[in-house]
Amino acid sequence: MDAARVGVITFPGSLDDRDAARAVRLAGAEPVMLWHADHDLQGVDAVVLPGGFSYGDYLRAGAIARFAPLMTELVSAAKAGLPVLGICNGFQVLCESHLLPGALLPNAGLHFVCRDQRLSIENADTAWTTEYRAGQEIVVPIKNRDGRYVADRETLRELADSGRIVARYLDLNPNGSQDDIAGICNEAGNVVGLMPHPEHAVESLTGPSTDGLGFFTSIVKRLVNA
Amino acid sequence: MQISEGAVVARVVVDVMLKPEILDPQGQAIARKLPQMGYEGVVAVRQGKRFEVELEGPADDAALERVHKIAEALLANPVIENFEVRVL
Repeated sequence: MDAARVGVITFPGSLDDRDAARAVRLAGAEPVMLWHADHDLQGVDAVVLPGGFSYGDYLRAGAIARFAPLMTELVSAAKAGLPVLGICNGFQVLCESHLLPGALLPNAGLHFVCRDQRLSIENADTAWTTEYRAGQEIVVPIKNRDGRYVADRETLRELADSGRIVARYLDLNPNGSQDDIAGICNEAGNVVGLMPHPEHAVESLTGPSTDGLGFFTSIVKRLVNA
Repeated sequence: MQISEGAVVARVVVDVMLKPEILDPQGQAIARKLPQMGYEGVVAVRQGKRFEVELEGPADDAALERVHKIAEALLANPVIENFEVRVL
């Protein structure tokens, strides 16, 4: 059968679209580059919203990207079940689009943080995490300025109670995120937002580990078995 | 934008502030600097954003309602921020 086709959306100011596409290819799927100003998802089976500074992070990170033309199609497709992974700026776009609850604010320490980060995978049942086991510890890079996850108390309780916290920071909370939250998912588990960068940890030559590949092999396995 | 002489131009201000329960490290950094500068007596600083929106016509109820919608949809994120609309 044909390889699964995973779209990667490029916004003006996206940085990690090519690394995301490379991770998709290494995982065994065909990356499809999508352009923010189009109105066509080209029939892809899943979408990655990459990291970077879409629209220069003007106003708020992700606030303007949310209204990019292609986001109209993406939001309705995601609500209908299309698997979507938002990494870093992509996570910010997903929160601004209200596909995920809460928001991402400037790091509590006000510094741009760039380091290899230990995480625990809390939910191994989402569309993007089935290749991990719950409780598994991984190391992937984190690099952000606006990574502080914030939500009201009720939302935090609901996320925890329903298993929608996908990953948590271990050792050190790099940005002041509430409850050490590094990633969350929507109710259906098809939309995942993650502040750290698994696409930068897919090859030993360039990453601290290959621990990030699991996000991409998870979606490939799901699509092949679908 | 060219504005013909005598045209009515209304300016509407949208003030956006983080909700009180949300940590504002930028405001805290400003507040911490003040005593070093010799300014005493400031208990806290919170930093917000001010937008000035110029309208084609008068700031009537319909126009203010439109600015309110703009603020809700784009200028502020209601998850973390409150906003106020007022005519300048």
